[in-house]
Amino acid sequence: MNRKEAIGTALKSLDEEDIALFTTGMISREAFNIADRKANFYMLGSMGLVSSVGLGIALNTTKRVVVFDGDGSILMDMGTMALTACLRPVNLIHIVFDNESYQSTGGQPSAAAYTDLSEVSRASGYRFTHKITGDGVGENEMKRIFEKTGPVFVLFKVDKESNGHIGRVTLEPKHLKERIRKAICRG
Amino acid sequence: MDELLKSVFADRDVRYIPAVRENAALGIASGACLAGERSAIFIQNSGLGNIINALTSFNLLYKIPVLMFITWRGYRGKDAPEHRIMGKKTPAMLRLLNIPAVILSREYEKDILRAVGTMERKSIPVAVIIKDGLIK
Repeated sequence: MNRKEAIGTALKSLDEEDIALFTTGMISREAFNIADRKANFYMLGSMGLVSSVGLGIALNTTKRVVVFDGDGSILMDMGTMALTACLRPVNLIHIVFDNESYQSTGGQPSAAAYTDLSEVSRASGYRFTHKITGDGVGENEMKRIFEKTGPVFVLFKVDKESNGHIGRVTLEPKHLKERIRKAICRG
Repeated sequence: MDELLKSVFADRDVRYIPAVRENAALGIASGACLAGERSAIFIQNSGLGNIINALTSFNLLYKIPVLMFITWRGYRGKDAPEHRIMGKKTPAMLRLLNIPAVILSREYEKDILRAVGTMERKSIPVAVIIKDGLIK
């Protein structure tokens, strides 16, 4: 499955109220261009940090928090997986789009070719772990996964190929912060 | 520091998170802030080196305030050798990043309130530096 399709399926499976966070680089850019929404938050920098920020939000809201992470990003801060399992946020879904490479910087291979990150999440103690390979997954199945009690981990194995030029996130950091605050605290 | 931590975590309104590293601590505290909570991290100055990128490309960029209690290892060179360089450079490093810092005195309650005031006014992280032996 290509990354754009995989991210698109996950985005379509979100409820309007869900808080979604995206790791820096191509995953943010892809999501911003497919379907920007008010409850989306893009990490412009700080690769690796999105899993911690998502965890901090999930522990302080009853809304569902969905983290869109990459293999390179989660490998930088794999200890956060242990912490997530330890704190057991029932409303946290952690998706890793794994292309076994650092595509935002030119496609250099990552260590994920040798490490099954879904097995890492299982061993860390996530409540539910799911691995998606081959042709991928439909929207309905994805929605069913999102309804599991968290912390949930979803590993999406995606193609290495780049989808050509993808535009940058053009929203200002201050605006991104204010709108996600509103989205979290609303209702 | 351990005495300070004991008194902080004895408060039922405070939730302790055993962060795996300083990055995670700052990220979780920042997430809590986005969800409308006030948050603080407790780290050594050695860990300040670990969070420079998160500070510059996340907290300072988006203006996300977090109170950072930082113990000053290597103050005046009186510590284990691994703390010598960061011990010397800690205040300068914070100044370089324009991160306001308060060095705790015996009147530490007043100092902490001042730090919180600065943090709320500027909406950025503020450092509270703690020398060894200050809090008993």
